[in-house]
Amino acid sequence: MKLLLEIVEGLRIAWGAIRANKLRAALTTLGIIIGIATVTLMSTAIRGLNAAFLTSVSAVGTDVFFIQKWPWFNDEPWWKLIKRREIYLADGRSFIRKANPNWRVNLQSVGVRTLRYGHNVATGVFLVGNTETAVATDELSFSAGRYFTAAEVEGNRPVCVLGADIASNFFPHGHAVGNRIRIDDMAFEVIGVLEKKGKFLGIENLDNTAHIPVTLMGRGFTFFPGIRIAVKVGGLEHLEDAKEAVRAVMRNVRRLPPTDADDFSVNSLEAFIQKFTQVSRIIGGVGLFITGLSLFVGGIGIMNIMFVSVTERTREIGVRKAVGAKRRAILIQFLIEAAVICLMGGLIGLGLAALITWGIARFFPTTLSLPIAALALGVSALTGILAGFLPAWRAARMNPVDALRSE
Amino acid sequence: MSRLRTIRFTRMSLIRLQNISRRYQMGTETIHALREVSLEIQRGEYVAIMGPSGSGKSTLMNVLGCLDSPTSGRYELNGTDVSEMDDNELAEVRNREIGFVFQTFHLLPRSNALHNVELPLIYAGLPSEARRQTALTALQQVGLGDRVHHRPNELSGGQRQRVAVARALVNQPSILLADEPTGNLDSKTGEEIMALFEELAQKGNTIILVTHEEDIARQARRILRIRDGLIASDERLERKS
Repeated sequence: MKLLLEIVEGLRIAWGAIRANKLRAALTTLGIIIGIATVTLMSTAIRGLNAAFLTSVSAVGTDVFFIQKWPWFNDEPWWKLIKRREIYLADGRSFIRKANPNWRVNLQSVGVRTLRYGHNVATGVFLVGNTETAVATDELSFSAGRYFTAAEVEGNRPVCVLGADIASNFFPHGHAVGNRIRIDDMAFEVIGVLEKKGKFLGIENLDNTAHIPVTLMGRGFTFFPGIRIAVKVGGLEHLEDAKEAVRAVMRNVRRLPPTDADDFSVNSLEAFIQKFTQVSRIIGGVGLFITGLSLFVGGIGIMNIMFVSVTERTREIGVRKAVGAKRRAILIQFLIEAAVICLMGGLIGLGLAALITWGIARFFPTTLSLPIAALALGVSALTGILAGFLPAWRAARMNPVDALRSE
Repeated sequence: MSRLRTIRFTRMSLIRLQNISRRYQMGTETIHALREVSLEIQRGEYVAIMGPSGSGKSTLMNVLGCLDSPTSGRYELNGTDVSEMDDNELAEVRNREIGFVFQTFHLLPRSNALHNVELPLIYAGLPSEARRQTALTALQQVGLGDRVHHRPNELSGGQRQRVAVARALVNQPSILLADEPTGNLDSKTGEEIMALFEELAQKGNTIILVTHEEDIARQARRILRIRDGLIASDERLERKS
């Protein structure tokens, strides 16, 4: 009860003191405003990046392994890796024959080509050669038509499935299926259109793409001689065991003696996500530390101004003590004043951050989340209490006789 | 409560100082502000403390007001030994037992009269409505019932000192301790304040008045003269008709 009264009185005094020194309070909060705004923006940016990354990669699924000549994260020197054999279509077929029948295996090859339909030209299209299993491994869905069949893949049929953007550019009124387009100089029949996927990390367009049977990719559609084997093992449990099994099958395909090292890499999104998380943590940690410094400097400013405030109001402290204020009451009074100044700075800083976030969100997917906002306010109040403690403690310990006598 | 009764029946002194000394260390020099002062003041007395500057009268007032602790000796206030109390305990005693009136008023400049008078009640932990009522009554008693929402800078010197008296009385303390209450007032308003004190004394309040003006001191019933940290004389005055 008494504590509550003291807190209410503290708030009242704080409000009066801040109103009496508006300019000073405003200048003091500037440090906190900048500190809170930068810290909030930093954490918002990191969160935004993480969220965008995770939504983008989750489309593929983390239970898919990619058998490739090159590893995604290079632990070995490149001159050893370059001597590895390419993985050809024949290796892929052999892998499919030897693989666990529950696995879905897709053979992939990629290139960047130019597509034509009538007078319309689409350059820089991401051309993907797939087998029919891509529907499962890449979790594809269609807005029209269908994917190619195993027979079409094996029969080298010139059929293609278009990404959403290509389809809407070439066929603005729909009805893409059944038309013939050209990839470089070869005619393909459109048999399906993929559903719109959006942008990877908000930057790379995933809909500017076309799929054709992988067996046709060798006809000059790709720069790379090899393919990659995508294996969806199904189920997220025991991913490590599954990875070992995939590796064993591939070693069998390659007929590697037990003493030889792998001449291929089994890559997975899991590792990619781990690596990304690690990097984003480092960036986040360093970023928060640097931006935290500005908050720290703001806190020092608060401490400074609170010392001034205590000195200025020595007599008031004396009067309060004379009429019965205990140390705790004086301490609370000045702590609240510091916390209120910081909280106001925090609120303004948060507003500023929200405004900037809103501006950035037009180019890059970011949102100011409620937990971050709450945390920012909490941190600003805490900064005030920490920075205000020393001055408040000095005030609380003042001798009433000396305090009353001061001018 | 029972304790309070005992005190009344035995007519125990409100204030009892036994061999109170107060020394200050100023660099290498020790200043003896009070030397073994013993003194008793009964409930309802109106006492003036006089003495030239440096005599130790301010120190005596600070000790009596529990703003300062004696270096040695025993101080019993209302039957409780306060000489060994710490900062927080003394704050509580001041809040309960002592009302201060200062020469320079010492009002909070940004607060109105009402809030200034409420201040001791806040630290006593009184809820806001009770606080307001009590403070209003105290202000009416000093004749400022129509000035409660004025800030100190909107009040005259005499009115300010009345607010200070109301603040001093609001907790119904045992002692009203006034340090040169007329020192910053012209003689006319000074007389008004002294008349207020006379009225309070007649109502049975214990008043201790620190002053260096002979004619102010003459209005009390008892004059203590302090010199070099000692009580030089203790004179009881016949009440003027």
